[in-house]
Parts: sequence; structure tokens; C-alpha cells
Amino acid sequence: MCLAIPGKILEIRTDGPLPMAVIDYAGARNEACLAYTPEAQIGDYVIVHAGFALQVLNEQEAQASLAELTRLSALMEADAEPEAGS
Amino acid sequence: MKYLAEFRDPELARALLDEIARTVTRPWTIMEICGGQTHAIMRHGLDQLLPDAITLVHGPGCPVCVTPLETIDRALVIAAQPGVIFTSFGDMLRVPGSRDDLFRIKSRGGDVRMVYSPLEALKLARENPDREVVFLAVGFETTAPGNAMAVRQAAAEGLTNFSEITSHVLVPPAMEAILSAPNNRVQGFLAAGHVCAVMGTTEYEPLAARHRVPIVPTGFEPVDILRGILQTVRMLESGEHGVVNAYGRAVRTEGNPAARAVVDEVYTVCDRKWRGIGTIPRSGLRLRDEFAAFDAERKFAVGGINPEEPAVCIAGEILQGLKKPPECPAFGTECTPLHPLGATMVSSEGACAAYHKYARKGLL
Ligand code: SF4
Repeated sequence: MCLAIPGKILEIRTDGPLPMAVIDYAGARNEACLAYTPEAQIGDYVIVHAGFALQVLNEQEAQASLAELTRLSALMEADAEPEAGS
Repeated sequence: MKYLAEFRDPELARALLDEIARTVTRPWTIMEICGGQTHAIMRHGLDQLLPDAITLVHGPGCPVCVTPLETIDRALVIAAQPGVIFTSFGDMLRVPGSRDDLFRIKSRGGDVRMVYSPLEALKLARENPDREVVFLAVGFETTAPGNAMAVRQAAAEGLTNFSEITSHVLVPPAMEAILSAPNNRVQGFLAAGHVCAVMGTTEYEPLAARHRVPIVPTGFEPVDILRGILQTVRMLESGEHGVVNAYGRAVRTEGNPAARAVVDEVYTVCDRKWRGIGTIPRSGLRLRDEFAAFDAERKFAVGGINPEEPAVCIAGEILQGLKKPPECPAFGTECTPLHPLGATMVSSEGACAAYHKYARKGLL
């Protein structure tokens, strides 16, 4: 019940009692309720648990952490090289 | 896929492993709270790639594992009644009760249906006005918002044939119980990323301060988990405590206030028994009295069922991080995913099932 992978919003429907979306999880599709993420737009990535989108993933934060990790990776490589050459 | 491939990048994972190895100077024991993380750690072999000085112990964050036996037994009694459509998340179907499980009730003709969302149970209630639709509402802070919304919506629509067995559990009180145990060995926590996505991070601050431990909200991909571990190890090595978020793309300090508000409107905090562990004060959610009409345990008067757990299973100690699955004499012999004796062998989020699946038999 705790599907940890993010899904992408393909479609939003507001004709029912609660706002719903069609979500794509790397190929598998399912519905999720958007009542808790009314700001979500088509194309956004959301975290869904038990059929409810709980958070829209923050693209800026994702990019920032990747940039930080890439810097760490470059540092590790720079450190490793002289050793490999010696 | 966006947000996925990048956080599975082997090069970034390798760099993080190297940095962890460079940072660590002493043995540390870190607990990942969430069963989803336990599963990911085993699946990607992270436990075997980390320096020997770091011991990961697996926390109680598996809803299937900690749902108390009496809840399961009460669910089974209700599910077996004629006229009932019993709905549950798929993981719960095989959880052993005292004598039975939901699957067997189903095979004997009970109308037990797996749902993916509590809203599906609500839909069944709308479509079957002459039947009682009961939903087994279990899980942590991640499933509570959805389950609360189902009740709120049922009330708004005036549905009288929908009810829930509510057995929600909360993470911070369990962490408090683990840290306060005299035999505790956990020195730092990877907090459950998606629980924090809902609840935010502020309730962990007093916990980190009182027990002087690092608590690091962490995601679920290999790079996320290693990043959480690196952050925790850095803090342990420098003697820092506190809450540092290592899952910024999903976790905001305030969590999701809309979800928290509905959980608070429908549920209230109560003492809760955890399977294998025992009662933890103020560690659960139950329906508020205003929503008592949706309480299946009252509706079907099953509150008196209070079974005892069989003695063979050491899942309680495993869930508290005191033991690992291979230390159980039944592990992989009497107890397998096909014939689980304890709930930790049922769900892929359970430590016993994760160890079994990824063949961590010899590793103690
Ligand atoms: S292996 Fe089975 S019996 Fe042993 S602790 Fe795990 S679930 Fe319980």
C-alpha cells in the first residue's frame, strides 16, 4: 500500500465528487484523487499512496539535490585519479 | 523516467558509498523506519555495499506487520458475514489471523475484495445500497489522509452502508518507544520520506533533541537512501543531533496541511497496540465520536475479540530493531512467504519477507 515511486499526471477530471487524475507510473496507469494537491497540473509528478496524491514533487529541489550529488561525484573522481595514475 | 532514473544512477550511488566510507570512523547503528526503504535496501543490495561499520536495522514501518492480531481477527469475523462486501488493500489479504486469513474467507465464499484506494470501497457502497461495505483502514500517516477522506465523503453523501475498521498507526511515538527502550541500539534514524511528505518534519524536532539523535527524512531510491545514510553518518561522527531533510523534492517542513486537516477532522489520537510490540501510548488514530456511525467494530459489535499471539514468532523484536530475521529459528523453514507464521513474512515491506526474497539467509 506504500507505493514509493512517483507518478506523472496525464489527465485531470473534476466532474465527480472529488478531483481525480489519471497517473502514469513508468507505464502502469491508475487513478488518484487530487483533493490534497489541488495545485497539481497535467505533467506534474506526484507521490501517491492508497489512491491519493499526497505531494507534488518539487522540480527545483530535485535539480538542486542532483547538482549537489553530481558535484560530490566529480570530487570523488578527481580524488581517485591521481591514485589510479601513481 | 523523470525523478527515478536520476536517483538510481550507479555513479552517484558509488560516489555516495565512497563518501560514506571516508566519513565513517566508528561503528554506527542506523534504523530505517519505513518498510519500503527496507525493501529497497535489500533489493539494491545496499546493506552489502556499505562499510562494515554501519549496521542498518529495520524499523516497524510496515503497516501489514504491525496491524494487531485482534484487528485482523475482528476483520475476519465481519468479512465472513453474509451481506457484507469486505474491502482491503491487497497486502492485508494474506496476513495470518489467529486461525484464518482474508483469502481463506474469500475461498469459502466470503465477498472479500481488494481495493487500491478507499474511494473504490466508497464506490461499492454507492452501487450496492442493500449491502454493507466495510473497509479495513490500516497504515501509517501516508494512508490516513485517503482513509479519512473516504469517511468524510461517506458522511457528506449520507451513505449509511459504509464503515471502516480503523487501525492507523503513527511513526513518531514508535520512534520514541524504540529510543526509550533500555536495550535500544539505534543511534540515528532515516525517517520515512512519505510520512514526512504528509506530516512535515516538526514533530521530529523534540524527539531528536530529547534523545540527542540525528533524524533524517529520506526517500526510496538507492541514491536517496545513501544520501540519507551519509547525512546521518556525518551528524553521528560530529556529535550533532537534530532533523535534516534529505528528501527535499517531496518533504516540506509543514508537510501537506490540507491532508493533515482532514485527518484531524475525522480521526483522533489514541493508544494503539502494535502487533508483536505491544501497546504504545498515543501511537494510533481512531475515528472521532462524530463519525462513530462509520465505525465497523461498533456496527458489527466485534470489540470483544482479543486473541493471543502464538509464541514462535520473534517479529516483535525484529520490528524494534533488536533482532534480524535470520535469528528466528522458523525463518525460511517453517515460515516462508507462502506459509507465513508472522506478519513480517507477508508483505514485501516486512523485514522477514525482504530477507527471504533477496536471500539474506546467512547474514546476521
Ligand atoms: S521468520 Fe516468520 S516466524 Fe520468524 S520472525 Fe519472521 S515472520 Fe515471525
